[in-house]
Amino acid sequence: MTITPPNSYRTGPDERGLFGIYGGRFVAETLMPLILQLEQAYKDAKADPSFQAELDDFLEHYVGRPSPLYYAERMTEHLGGAKIYFKRDELNHTGAHKINNVMGQILLARRMGKKRIIAETGAGQHGVATATACARFGLECIIYMGEVDIARQMPNVFRMKLLGATVVPAKSGSRTLKDALNEALRDWVANVEDTFYCIGTVAGPAPYPEMVRDFQSVIGRETKEQMLKREGRLPDSLVAAIGGGSNAMGLFHPFLDDKDVEIIGVEAAGYGLKKKHAASIAGGKPGILHGNRTYLLMDDDGQITEGHSISAGLDYPGIGPEHAWLHDMKRVEYVSATDKEALEAFQLCCKLEGIIPALEPSHALAHVMKIAPKKAKDHLMVMNMCGRGDKDIFTVADILGVKL
Amino acid sequence: MSTRIDRRFAALKVEGRAALVTFVIAGDPDFDTSLKIMQGLPKAGADIIEFGMPFTDPMADGPAIQAAGLRSLAAGQTLKKTLKLVKAFRVGDKETPIVLMGYYNPIYVYGVDKFLVDALKAGADGLIVVDLPPEEDDELCLPAMAAGMNFIRLATPTTDDHRAPTVFKNTSGFVYYVSVLGITGTKAPDLKSVKKNVNRLRKHTSLPIAVGFGVKTAEQARVIAKDADGVVVGSALVSAIEHNLNKHGKATAKTPKAVHTLVAEIAKGVRS
Repeated sequence: MTITPPNSYRTGPDERGLFGIYGGRFVAETLMPLILQLEQAYKDAKADPSFQAELDDFLEHYVGRPSPLYYAERMTEHLGGAKIYFKRDELNHTGAHKINNVMGQILLARRMGKKRIIAETGAGQHGVATATACARFGLECIIYMGEVDIARQMPNVFRMKLLGATVVPAKSGSRTLKDALNEALRDWVANVEDTFYCIGTVAGPAPYPEMVRDFQSVIGRETKEQMLKREGRLPDSLVAAIGGGSNAMGLFHPFLDDKDVEIIGVEAAGYGLKKKHAASIAGGKPGILHGNRTYLLMDDDGQITEGHSISAGLDYPGIGPEHAWLHDMKRVEYVSATDKEALEAFQLCCKLEGIIPALEPSHALAHVMKIAPKKAKDHLMVMNMCGRGDKDIFTVADILGVKL
Repeated sequence: MSTRIDRRFAALKVEGRAALVTFVIAGDPDFDTSLKIMQGLPKAGADIIEFGMPFTDPMADGPAIQAAGLRSLAAGQTLKKTLKLVKAFRVGDKETPIVLMGYYNPIYVYGVDKFLVDALKAGADGLIVVDLPPEEDDELCLPAMAAGMNFIRLATPTTDDHRAPTVFKNTSGFVYYVSVLGITGTKAPDLKSVKKNVNRLRKHTSLPIAVGFGVKTAEQARVIAKDADGVVVGSALVSAIEHNLNKHGKATAKTPKAVHTLVAEIAKGVRS
């Protein structure tokens, strides 16, 4: 099949919330009026300069943006090829990119007069970011988190509690991120009047994929500006890890129409693509879950299967619909890295750069380690260091057989 | 084109009473027991059978129906087998309407056109697909109606007068009014608001209105049946299955009987 490239990759979604065939609004009728209301509220906010000004102010003074674009000199020397830069979103307040989106959504919730905020979380980074913003604005905060993830991300669970949030374990199904999402949707259906659902990734019913992308695009906009200032030109390649895909979409989106920029998303290959993994594009097919059509891991009967990744944040059987479309259009290349490769990248980064990365960007770094040596020395490669690894030290210690 | 559903509601109108619509999950707790449960429902007092197509991630369902879906899937249920159950039921019952209820993904993966052909051939009469609002009508609703399958819409407390025309634009068979804000089987409906909302929705549709989500007792059914054209009972029946399994979670001789006894009791409420 030949693909006709669009004039621009940045105009989606259409009025039905679709990117090609992906996206949409596959939700229960109870939620539909609310989804339409949210869509309108977001459109109004986007057109209101005071909304963006307020958001920018919080991003600068509360989140700590812009985050640095850091030249990873020792990593570059070690790999002996491309010149590697890290976009340091792990330096944001709360330690990951998640807060960029949360600040946007919470300001929108305030505009809409909502007082109760719910969110799902996998690794706990989105939960912590949401709990943080709710504390800042005095809003009630309920976080749904899979029971399995609660066990492997204890520090973040405690953080959320310190911040005043209620953490509710999702005990159904695989008891990970997808089930946390189900529980959050069930809560929302029961509390539509006063509740704002702050989704943490570029998935869910429209307008979430677009809205979360817009809020995360600050990553890519800054990267562009910083790279132009630093090197006088655009980067040659971008690499980011993908669970639902919000950090990746945030970095990628401003570059989608710069056709010389090679863009690579790295899914979690878990124990390997032939075994248990969480790589929806590599191992899934199109289906409908959590309000949108996208690539999903499922069996022949359309039942969703349980993924696996060492990283709780990537352990999700789907991917944002815009990524699904960018894959079909072949604008972005989607690859994967295993638990083992991510763990090696994690350790190497600690030793060479003095940065403890989260297990999520460790997947992106694992791919950088594969391709950077083959690139010329003037090849500029940006990897999104989307989270710090403090939350993961227990998981890593456990695997390395170290007792803390 | 008149369907079994249309004929059933017309007949009950003549009788002057509401329909009892019963919901169980296909294949819960296993294929054979599920067929026995289904076969006994009309005699116990069910006027319409809603047959749940199990799904791993039922976002509008409470714990009882979630667990039922997982029991059914663990016993090897698939959409293909669900259609087999419908076909087996039809051998002995040509008139009781069957509505397949569930989520879109298994149907999408099966293939919409193929599914409609196979479901009609098996003897299903209508569809309720929770995650297909009117905004997604061209996915399944329009093809289903064109194929002669009723597409039954959920109306909810958030379906206000502004929203109602959109909801009732492409629909047939009956309207399923979700009596509570929330998931199945958790909250009890506020009977006063049910009455008010049913009467309000009547201004927007001439279709029969059945009321469900949270109806558990004969008394609730009796009160709702005064204003609605049908009463849907689901989680209570599914819980009756769950509570009548042996300690290994398998069906016993008591399992179908427990469901039928409860249906008979609620049927009395609907008919009184």
